[in-house]
Amino acid sequence: MRRSYVSAAGSSSIARVSQTKLEPPSEQIVAEAADDEQHLRPDRRTVVIRPAKRWPHLDLRELWHYRELLFRLVWRDIVVRYKQTFLGVAWGGLVRAMTTTVYVIVFGKFANFPHGNTPYPSLTAAGVIPMQYFVSAVTSSSTSLVSNLSLVTKVYFPRVLLPLAAVVVPIVDFLIALPVLLVLMGIYGTWPDSAAVVLAPAFLALAFITALGIGFLLSTLTARWRDVPYMIPVFLQILPLVSGVMYALDQIPTKWQWAFAVNPMSAVIAGWRWAILSETAPQLGQTAVSVSVALLLFALGLAVFRTYEPRFADTI
Amino acid sequence: MSLAIEAHELSKRYRIGQMQAAYGTLRDSLSRIAARRAGREEKHARQEIWALRDVSFSVPEGEVLGVIGRNGAGKSTLLKILTRITTPTSGCAVIRGRVGSLLEVGTGFNPELTGRENVFLNGSILGMKRREIQRKLGDIVEFSGIDKFIDTPVKRYSSGMHVRLAFSVAAHLEPEILLVDEVLAVGDAEFQQRCLGRMEDFSGTGRTVLFVSHNMQTINQLCNRVIWLDEGAIAEDGEPSKVVTHYLHSTSYASGAHISWPDDETAPGDDLVRLLGVRAIDEGGNTTDAVDARDPTGIEIRYRVLRPGPGVFTKIRVRDRRSDIAFNAMDVASHPEDSSEPGLYTATAWISGNLLNEGTTTVDVAVCTLRSPKLHQRAARYEAVLFTVFDPGDGDSARGRFTGQISGVVRPRLEWSVERVG
Repeated sequence: MRRSYVSAAGSSSIARVSQTKLEPPSEQIVAEAADDEQHLRPDRRTVVIRPAKRWPHLDLRELWHYRELLFRLVWRDIVVRYKQTFLGVAWGGLVRAMTTTVYVIVFGKFANFPHGNTPYPSLTAAGVIPMQYFVSAVTSSSTSLVSNLSLVTKVYFPRVLLPLAAVVVPIVDFLIALPVLLVLMGIYGTWPDSAAVVLAPAFLALAFITALGIGFLLSTLTARWRDVPYMIPVFLQILPLVSGVMYALDQIPTKWQWAFAVNPMSAVIAGWRWAILSETAPQLGQTAVSVSVALLLFALGLAVFRTYEPRFADTI
Repeated sequence: MSLAIEAHELSKRYRIGQMQAAYGTLRDSLSRIAARRAGREEKHARQEIWALRDVSFSVPEGEVLGVIGRNGAGKSTLLKILTRITTPTSGCAVIRGRVGSLLEVGTGFNPELTGRENVFLNGSILGMKRREIQRKLGDIVEFSGIDKFIDTPVKRYSSGMHVRLAFSVAAHLEPEILLVDEVLAVGDAEFQQRCLGRMEDFSGTGRTVLFVSHNMQTINQLCNRVIWLDEGAIAEDGEPSKVVTHYLHSTSYASGAHISWPDDETAPGDDLVRLLGVRAIDEGGNTTDAVDARDPTGIEIRYRVLRPGPGVFTKIRVRDRRSDIAFNAMDVASHPEDSSEPGLYTATAWISGNLLNEGTTTVDVAVCTLRSPKLHQRAARYEAVLFTVFDPGDGDSARGRFTGQISGVVRPRLEWSVERVG
């Protein structure tokens, strides 16, 4: 049985500690302690503190232990984002609807970008929505360590949670923006017509993995060099142009398609359109290249992040 | 009895550069790499310091361990390692039980969120489970005393409300091992007092506490054992009053306990009298820089009268740790109307025990003559000696069993009479 746990009545003992007697815990305290025991047990484990491991690894059991904190961090970011706004989360959908409208007018009407058989508005909306997810995921995850500086320097938890939460948060915006896409699909009658639709989440997962890998990498760099956040927007402004957001990728010459495949977002957008708009299926080889690049980025990002993780509190 | 904390040869090395620059720019790093390539590596950039070096100790469950030492001795680094904020360079430590630290008070509070939302956020950051927070929410809100504003965004709180709520969450974490860095603790004196009160509650229930402080008073009274860290290594580990006394003797203040001028020419004074030396002494006549608050302290003033002249007498002015004047005192036994004989004199002023408040005390001394009504300082020295007054906390001093701060420049132990009148 453990010692009386509930702060033994507010009796602040002014006497020297060595003279303080331990009262045997009362019945009620024992009952409460037993109740505590249940969900405190994971915390009462033994922790061994060692120098940072030479080889980075991911402690999945520990991550599982901290799952509630992940949830709390995600929840915080979502709640805080739309505090004191009149339209609240609806902004998630509105922003994407407006971007799509601008793209449709500028690239569809004036520039007349190639769009294959799919009506241009559906095509663009289907590109804008996953792209915006990726852009906000990378932006917020790459600054996640610095923007949570007080947490990093004061409390222990697996730091992986910070970029991870930052990549999870924009999923909410993504879901809110889906009705915009559904409306356009209804107007233009572009419904999924094959079983490929079940693969739609897989392509999103690809965007998630890529964003997380880049987030790991850039947040580590940002913790050390504050130059990085200046470079990110430039990179993210070019990205939609080379990912086929405002045009159909299969309309460009094949040899270029292979070059574009190095960018995982091109596979995300092409695959997503194939799944929900019944576009032409992306070429398997090109998708394989994109997936490999994404996994490589993820592995590299995680390794770099974990290598520098023990030093974040000292260098940030 | 099992051990709550075990540390085996913990060491932590910092590059000086890491400590100085909070963050560098890419350009700095590139130029450093370029310099290294060109073989012009800056020696300074590679300097390393050991914030901790081979620190080993163990804390049995229920012990209250104090950690003392000068600034930069490695106290905070030790806490950072034990709270896992940073990792050791070598060595290892084992911690058995849930760890809480009062450094984290208010960590992660978001101004946009309401009080209630922040309780949940802060609670999970400190390691509480959702169910646990839900169960304690009532207590937390009640303890903080801001139940009316619990659904108001924290940005509209006064700073006092903010701290109260934050502290309330931390206080309900109920860790088995509490790590406290008093130096880093936030808030005003009253709040720090509450932290200490909470700590006493903790230790009273037999939980393990590791307490870093500059306040020897508190250390002496709360701890069962004290570790003194010096330049990253353990200088002494043992009985609080013993370690604290040794530590106080070693501090740089020590050199202030005596001052002397080897030759009359350079000594302060005029053609009548020269000040030769001043010492702070204990009852045995030994120079001392750490004075037990209960014991009398002597201020011994040595001076030479150079020629027959008006009668001289000595005077002291005692200042507390903030340099506020505690009192002036002069030797009224020597008669200023007498004339003085040339020669070497020693005058000692005895400051009674149970009078000075704790902390650094400085004493200005002067040798004067009186031409009524004016006091004429012939030889004087501002802040001639400096010593530390400490209270070992045995309960028989002017503070009795009270452990908090006592304000005021003096802290006399008065005669109290209590009568029952009704």
